[in-house]
Amino acid sequence: MSTAIAIENLSKKYIIGHQKRERYFALRDVLANGVKQFTHKLIHPFSAPENDPTHEEFWALKDINLDIMQGDRVGIIGRNGAGKSTLLKVLSRITEPSSGRITIKGRVASLLEVGTGFHPELTGRENIFLNGAILGMSKVEIKKKFDEIVAFAEVEKFLDTPVKRYSSGMYVRLSFAVAAHLEPEILIVDEVLAVGDAQFQKKCLGKMDEARREGRTILFVSHNMGVISQLCSTCVWLDKGEIRDIGQTGSVVNSYMLSGISDLSGEMTFPDDSGKIVQLKKISMLDREGNSAQKFDCDNPINIKFDIQVRRQLPGLYGYIGIFKPDGTQVLVSDSFDASTVNPLDSLPVGMNTFSVTVPPRTLGHGDYMIHFSMASPSADNFLVDVPGIVCGFSLDDFASKRGNQRAGFFSILLPWHKLEN
Amino acid sequence: MDSQSVLVIEAGRTERHYWKDLWRYRELFYLLAWRDILVRYKQTVIGLAWALIRPFLTMIVFVFVFSKLAKLPSDGVPYPILVFAALLPWQFFANAFTEAGNSLISNAKLISKVYFPRLVVPASAVIVSFLDFLISGIILVGLMLWYGFAPDWRIFTLPLFISIAFVAAMGAGLWTAALNVKYQDVRYIIPFVVQFGLYVSPVGFSSTNVPEQWRLLYSINPMVGVIDGFRWAIVGGNTQLYWPGFLLSLFLVLVILVTGIYYFRKTEKSFADVI
Repeated sequence: MSTAIAIENLSKKYIIGHQKRERYFALRDVLANGVKQFTHKLIHPFSAPENDPTHEEFWALKDINLDIMQGDRVGIIGRNGAGKSTLLKVLSRITEPSSGRITIKGRVASLLEVGTGFHPELTGRENIFLNGAILGMSKVEIKKKFDEIVAFAEVEKFLDTPVKRYSSGMYVRLSFAVAAHLEPEILIVDEVLAVGDAQFQKKCLGKMDEARREGRTILFVSHNMGVISQLCSTCVWLDKGEIRDIGQTGSVVNSYMLSGISDLSGEMTFPDDSGKIVQLKKISMLDREGNSAQKFDCDNPINIKFDIQVRRQLPGLYGYIGIFKPDGTQVLVSDSFDASTVNPLDSLPVGMNTFSVTVPPRTLGHGDYMIHFSMASPSADNFLVDVPGIVCGFSLDDFASKRGNQRAGFFSILLPWHKLEN
Repeated sequence: MDSQSVLVIEAGRTERHYWKDLWRYRELFYLLAWRDILVRYKQTVIGLAWALIRPFLTMIVFVFVFSKLAKLPSDGVPYPILVFAALLPWQFFANAFTEAGNSLISNAKLISKVYFPRLVVPASAVIVSFLDFLISGIILVGLMLWYGFAPDWRIFTLPLFISIAFVAAMGAGLWTAALNVKYQDVRYIIPFVVQFGLYVSPVGFSSTNVPEQWRLLYSINPMVGVIDGFRWAIVGGNTQLYWPGFLLSLFLVLVILVTGIYYFRKTEKSFADVI
């Protein structure tokens, strides 16, 4: 087996402005700054140029060394901002590294987003060709695979309908179908499986498994430890731009999850990101009295309170909370459709909105847990609206029941026992 | 699997295989142009007719203002033809410049998610405007038939002037596209340049109206050379090309293209980081 990807001393630096994530510079600021510096020079001709205090270097990737063998399936995990996406972007040549070197052997296809380049006005057929070309397929290749793609996506009847009239499910299926039929030697996939219904996700995983059996090299980023464990043999854990751990998926995922618990608090806030239409600003875990807490007992409710900043009204918006064990087992899922007949997140008014979700007493068993939060909407460009990922951690103790913390299993529900008359 | 291509990614490395890549991605280039054309004519009710209505109405206004109100001379040519021969390259330039200038921003998602030589995006925007240009050309043919006006041999030099217009639009488009990614003011500058340019270019009038001693200075506007060339080729007769001015315009057009490509290439690698 030879090396498919060799990464040597790779670093990527960003210069960030302190006026929190301004998307653009204004020409006028640049001119004004230039004048300021010029006059400064006139007045103090011999002083060293001032360091611009409003800009700071930020190393998204720091000295990464990694060899990936042909046929390896490598999972990349890490907290938000750990550099996972930057690594994939550098590998896909979307952005250049600041230093270091990568040698890639074989054709690469990257799938960093579902439906990149899809145009809502164009029909399904037209979009297949467009998206295929964007992902690097030739026209001949797309023609050859066309029927297969359409069958995989199950959109035969709607081929000549503009995709803006597609349901979100169809849209996601079609876009994944195109990507799934790429035949690269190296496949780079960002968290794209998080969308779509369970059945389709299964199908996609099957397709990735097929790619694996065909001996392709796969690089896969996900927050879903279950998928990582299922799909990847090796795992890289990135932390603040550096490799913190690398090795067998099982052990890396475990230590990542365990670190998650100790690093996680019962509360998390997020800086403004004007690029997000709707954004989670703050999430906290509250006890019965409404105090922030991280330790709970099984006989009291666990309240998850969160503030959502809405910058533009978004129809179809829904929230999703997953509760995980440190080993990545998903114990409980709730989305905002659980609320009642109406989804309370649908078309929220612009501004700050506060919600609370309660895990009733005697639901989960004792132990450590993590909370994963995300929001999506079929009417958002990429379906996902805001995915902060693992946001909070908490622990549960069972004090009241006789078996207490010795109780095995996932639940702490006390089942009724009845003696029947005979 | 030993015959696999080997790709090396390093800081500053893209420079080396850039032009080869551009060729490899030509299919994407066709497809983007095709997408833009398709989308344009799907979204508008009257579709293709837009490319006819806009220049036609502009021409009527110009003829009215410059010929009827200002009573400017027409060198013995029907004034509508005189105006339209200039309006064609001007509208091509203005559209291509606007579209190309905004092209990177409107394809921001694509740029931040997929690799391809970014030059493809503004180039395909210019191509789309070129299609509009060809369509509006029909009006000129119609006008010529209406006035019974036959062009002479010079019409065959038209492709040369079309390519100059092309180069001018591409060069200016590359500049604005690259600047637009980085500086947010540029999007406000684009419509201003287009509006302002219309008044300082000899669209509604012949550049012979400009006093002799100012003509070379006037030709610093590169579109003057392009428009004069179009008039010379289409209107024919006794219109003369003012050579010093034309050469100056031509030179400036080339300078804009070369510096445009240079600046675009220089800033291109940071597009995905700032867009």
